[in-house]
This record gives sequence, structure tokens and C-alpha cells, in this order.
Amino acid sequence: MTISDLLSPENPLIKVSTLSSRVWAWLWPKLLAVSLVIGFWQTLVVVEWRPVYVLPSPATVFSQLLELMQSERFWSAVNTTMSRAVIGFVIALLVGTIVGVAVAKVAPLRLAIGSLITGLQTMPSIAWFPLAILLFGLGEEAIMFVVVLGAAPSIANGVISGVDHVPPAFSKLGKMMGARGLELYRFIILPAAMPAYVSGLTQGWSFAWRSLMAGELLVIIAERPSLGAQLEFARQFSKAPMLLATMFVILIIGMLVDGVFSAGSRRIRVKRGLSTTN
Amino acid sequence: MTNAVNAKVTRGSSQTNSSPALIIRGLEKKFGSGNRSTVALQSFDLTVQQGEFITIVGASGCGKSTLLSLVAGLEKPTAGSLEVNGQVAFMFQDATLLPWLTAKQNIELSLRLRGVAKSERSGKALELLTRVRLEHAANRRPHELSGGMRQRVALARCLAQEARIVLMDEPLGALDAMTRDLLHDEIERVAKEAELTVLFVTHNMREAIRLGDRVILMGNDPGRIVHEQNISLARPRQIDSADVATRAADLTKQLREVSTHDNL
Repeated sequence: MTISDLLSPENPLIKVSTLSSRVWAWLWPKLLAVSLVIGFWQTLVVVEWRPVYVLPSPATVFSQLLELMQSERFWSAVNTTMSRAVIGFVIALLVGTIVGVAVAKVAPLRLAIGSLITGLQTMPSIAWFPLAILLFGLGEEAIMFVVVLGAAPSIANGVISGVDHVPPAFSKLGKMMGARGLELYRFIILPAAMPAYVSGLTQGWSFAWRSLMAGELLVIIAERPSLGAQLEFARQFSKAPMLLATMFVILIIGMLVDGVFSAGSRRIRVKRGLSTTN
Repeated sequence: MTNAVNAKVTRGSSQTNSSPALIIRGLEKKFGSGNRSTVALQSFDLTVQQGEFITIVGASGCGKSTLLSLVAGLEKPTAGSLEVNGQVAFMFQDATLLPWLTAKQNIELSLRLRGVAKSERSGKALELLTRVRLEHAANRRPHELSGGMRQRVALARCLAQEARIVLMDEPLGALDAMTRDLLHDEIERVAKEAELTVLFVTHNMREAIRLGDRVILMGNDPGRIVHEQNISLARPRQIDSADVATRAADLTKQLREVSTHDNL
């Protein structure tokens, strides 16, 4: 009998009810993965691969995390970082959507900047920082500039590919139903492009989050604690538990937001019969 | 534009009941220009009375779909004249219901684009769904409907557009035989009740005879009418009856004689 047989909901020893067995079926692979990672980490600590003041044990890091979570400074850092992320993403959303619709609709504009948008998407956002710092100085504007530049091209590309892949029959139908110009966009083309748009948003979010972290490491503003600044501070003062705890927080926030986008995307696809439930 | 010089398109309302729904004279449609142009339709003449059910059959590439696009206004003719009296709606092979809307919302959108007031849309949409006997499926989304049900919603949507003329481009081509038979009854009934003029394109001879008051046979290279026949069989007709089968066999023979086979 393998581990997976033993842990499977079919195992009469642990089979309780359908709901809890479904939760268990969903949960155990994740628990197993997490325990493997923590086990591996603990092993590295036990064999002293690196000194403990550089690589602390999981227990130290989690107690540091709990301690952090009781400090006001930590929440103020999370707050700063999250508001930057949200504001940057919303600006990128507006810019990306407007540029995307314009490029999709106006042929010369597409010829002019269509490939540039894809090009921008491949540009590592950290490469923008030296210029951003020259242009805006070490401040909020420099960070926002790079976050928006990181996220907007993905969002614009989502709109463009969504509009491009609207079945021609839908536009024909729209015209036959009397939809003209903006109406055609509002009622037919944009809703039809929604699944691709949401993928663009998901990707845009992940680029925004990465750019933001790069920005917060490089552009540290005095008296303005942020998760990135906390990371850099922990490195400079060799506070390894704090560094790892902060990294953990960054990972969790990224995953949570991505989860929200995935759930939205799944809902849209199920509603349209593009994929089945789950 | 040289296109506009020889071609004339007039669109009117159907209020004057005596005038034909469609008057087509010398209609021509060329794609491309110069040596590389292809003539999709040439010297096409057809008059369709209001309430008439026309079925159009022909080999592939004979310009059947081009004809419908011209009548719908999705394409412009290169020569000839076209007079369309009444609102036109289109039924495609795949019903093209919008997948993010329910059956009822699909119809409501049609009403909305026609300018029907918000307060009236819901009731009107339900009434139209009832006319195709789908009131029980009002809140289902297209992927939750069968192929036949989707086409019935599409038919109701044509009614929502207040169409007097409905163009059907092989609307039942993707359906199984039994659903197809039921849809024949349904389309025949709704078209009669709503006094619709129908141009119904199909490649199925029996279907053409089952439904049509008149069958138009089209030949290819260039697309043109090669034969027209009034179908005097009494309704209701059965698609598997001997009468329908005999006539279908005759028409198939005629079509073989006039078709060039090099692009089949």
C-alpha cells in the first residue's frame, strides 16, 4: 500500500462523509507538499548546511512571523505595499484597457505600436528603474511608473487578443441586430473578449506585483515602511528570521490575489460552457 | 468606387402589403478586381412575395451564401438592383447565441438594440420564447441547450428584431435527423404565424421540398439561377413521404446536369 492509497478518501480508516472526504482529497496533497518542504528545510538546519544565523529553522521563522504580526510597523508596511499595488494596478488597468481597445480598433495604431506592446511585455521591469529614478527621483512616482509599465502591456495584450478572437459571426450578428459603433463594442465585442481580458488582468497583476517588489527594494523611502524595504532592512542587519518571514508574507499575498483572479476566470469560463465545474 | 455606379440597393418598410418583399434584378457580385476577380453571382433575377417560403439549393460555391449576405446588407453588390421591403434577420448554421447571456437575455438584447423600453423587454422576451415553446428554458445559457433548442432561440430572436424577412443559411445543417424534422415543423409554423418571408439555403433536396413554396436551383461558375419550381404539395408535408422523395430525386438529377464538377 502506497502513501497515496493510505491517505486516499477511499481508505475505510479515514473515510467519514462525502464533504469531509472531498475536503481531505483537496487538502492532503497540499499538506504533503508543505511538510516535505518544511522537512527538507529542517534537515538543512539540522545538518548545519549554513550557520543558523543565516538559515534559521522553520520554527524560528514562524515565531518571528507571529511576532511581526503583532507589530504596528509590520501592518503599516503591508498597508503601504498593498495600496501601492492596488493603485498601480488600477492605473495599469485603465491605461492598458484604453490602449488595448484603441490598438485593436484602429489599424494604423496597431501597425505603429502593436508589436511594441508585446516587446514591452518581454522587458524586465527592473531594467526601467534606473531611468525611473533619474526621471522621478527616489519616490513614489518612480515606483508607480515601473509598476504601471510592468502591468499595462499584459492588460492591453489581453484586450487585443480577446477582440481579435471574437468569432466573426458575432460581429455579423451584432450588425444584423442593429448594433453600431460603440454599441457593437459594448454589447458584443467586449463581453466576447472577456475571458482573454481576465487572463490579461491575471498576468498584469503578477507583473505589477513583481515590479513593485523590485521597486521597493531599490527605492527605499525614509519613514515609509513597506514589505520590500523590510526585506532589504532585514538583509542589511542580518535578521534572517525576519527576512524569511517577510518573504513568506509576500508569497502568500501574491498567491491570494492570484487565487481571486483564477476564481473569477473560472466563473466566467463555466458560465459560458468553456470548462466544466472545478 | 466603381462598385456603386452600376449597383442600386433600396430598403423600405413592409407597410405596403401588396409590394413584393424582395425584387432582385440583374444582381452581380464580384470579389477582387481585374484578372484575379471571381464572379460569385451573375445576372440574378428573383422576385419574392411577402410571406413566401423560398428554399435555395445548389452545389458548393454557387453563391447561395453570397446572395443572403447581399440581401442582409453585409455585402454590397457590384451591379444590378436589389429592393428589400422589410426588416431583415439572419439565422446562421450555428445559432450564434451569445454565450455569456441566457436564452431570455439573448432575446432581450435584440429588443434593446431595437429600442424597446426596459420595462417591456422581459415580458416580450418571455412571450417570444413561448412562441417557440421554450419558456421553460428562459434562464438557461446556450451551452445548456441542445442544438435544436439553440436554433429555436435564434428563431425567436429573429422575431424580436421584428423581422419581416428571415435569411436562413443552412440553419439545421448541424442537427440530427429527428431534431431536424421537429425544427421543420417549428419553422413552418412560426413563419406562417408571423407571416415571415423566408429565404432558406440548404444542400438537402428533401428539406428544400419539405419546406419551400418555391425551390430555386442555383448553378456555379458563375453563381446563377438554373431552375425554379413551385412546390404544389399540400401542407403539412412529411420529409419521408413518397411525393417529397420523387421530387427531390428529380431536382438532384437537374442539379447534376447543370453543375460543373471541377470545384467539387
